[in-house]
Amino acid sequence: MIPPAARPSLAAKARLRFDHASGGYMLLYPERGLALNPTAASILKLCNGELTVDAIVERLQGEYTDRPAPELRQDVLEFLEEMVRRGLLQVPA
Amino acid sequence: MSPAPRPYTLVAELTYACPLHCVYCSNPVDFARHRDVLDTATWRRVLREAERLGVVQVNFTGGEPLLRPDLEALVEEARALDLYTNLITSGLPLERARLERLRRLGLDNVQVSIQDARPAESDRIAGREAFHRKLEVARWVKELGFPLTVNTVLHRENLDRAGEVIALAEELHADRLELANTQYLGWALLNRQTLLPTPAQIESARSVAVAARKRLEGRMEVVFVVPDYYVEFPPACMDGWGRRFMVVSPDGLLLPCLLAHTLPGLSFGNVRDQSVDELWTSSPGLAAFRGESWMPEPCRSCARRSIDFGGCRCQAFHLTGNAGATDPACSLSPDHALVEAARADAARAAPRLVSFKYRSARAPAAG
Repeated sequence: MIPPAARPSLAAKARLRFDHASGGYMLLYPERGLALNPTAASILKLCNGELTVDAIVERLQGEYTDRPAPELRQDVLEFLEEMVRRGLLQVPA
Repeated sequence: MSPAPRPYTLVAELTYACPLHCVYCSNPVDFARHRDVLDTATWRRVLREAERLGVVQVNFTGGEPLLRPDLEALVEEARALDLYTNLITSGLPLERARLERLRRLGLDNVQVSIQDARPAESDRIAGREAFHRKLEVARWVKELGFPLTVNTVLHRENLDRAGEVIALAEELHADRLELANTQYLGWALLNRQTLLPTPAQIESARSVAVAARKRLEGRMEVVFVVPDYYVEFPPACMDGWGRRFMVVSPDGLLLPCLLAHTLPGLSFGNVRDQSVDELWTSSPGLAAFRGESWMPEPCRSCARRSIDFGGCRCQAFHLTGNAGATDPACSLSPDHALVEAARADAARAAPRLVSFKYRSARAPAAG
């Protein structure tokens, strides 16, 4: 479980790149890449090691006004946890 | 003819020269023939044209890419194009100051090969003393803030030490460990009798790797690649011929894989004469096995044809003499007995005294 005050950042091996062919973002890491949907890209762009999980959710709330806050928070947390599990995101203790 | 799909990864083989002599090297056995290497300006153009075509990652490899004095210039060009840059190296010859320069230029990832967890055994495979130097380089990689990939090629002699290799990678704080079983092409095919493991070895190493993957989740990615000889169906070699990967050989051939230019009768254009775009979309060699229309039975009507794309063309040629055959590694291939025979030979566990054929510029004698 990622604490709300944690400040996630991309793992050293992962880099976001705008993909002119698809018009979306990709997360690149050794030998692999993930094509991100717009929501995933918005979340990862905010994972800069400075913003807390709470702050990230708050910013996204401004962007996705039609989503109920608890639901949005839940989705963001699940996504972040999946990224941590894949070793693409770090959450300093 | 199938339309050319979008490529994602450029494998830039900067040179076939290498200080090591690994007995399973994936370079062509006659690599010394390809001496006329591309210059810096041509490589820069290749990077630009590949990126325009959709490529997002570049692996600088070889041979040993550090032998190119213009590696820095190429990393700089690739980063200016916002490509994800990966240096695939033996770690020799490298000074820490050069690695620092590469770091400043934005190189994204460094992959260091380590042949075994033990010094003497590692150096025996590499054909020279290199082990301690490699560990030093791996430590610099981490000290300078790079992510580190450790790649160890597995075979009969080191498979039983998969656990030790994992422990070494952990000690080096690797971000990714590739436990890549030897694929029996090129130099490895020459040394197959010595290198091909028993099924019990594969199984035991695989369970060690699976346990480590679980234990290290989120910290170190552990990849275990089973050799084609021990699977029921072949993997999608290069993710399909001329599909996601493009390889440019040191002398400028645009290829679908590392060894496609060893197949007879295929013509691959050169980036000296044509643009990457032209070659990718209309080179006859790339068109030859792209898509499904070339497939023989049993591939043609097989439900897995869009998963494995018929397997490896080079393996088909080097085992059957026909590059257009179903990969003999596939249990459905009419030539599968060739692979079964090699496996049966490997399963006889008695120690055999077969000497290695080390990679060298002199072509080895046949047989």
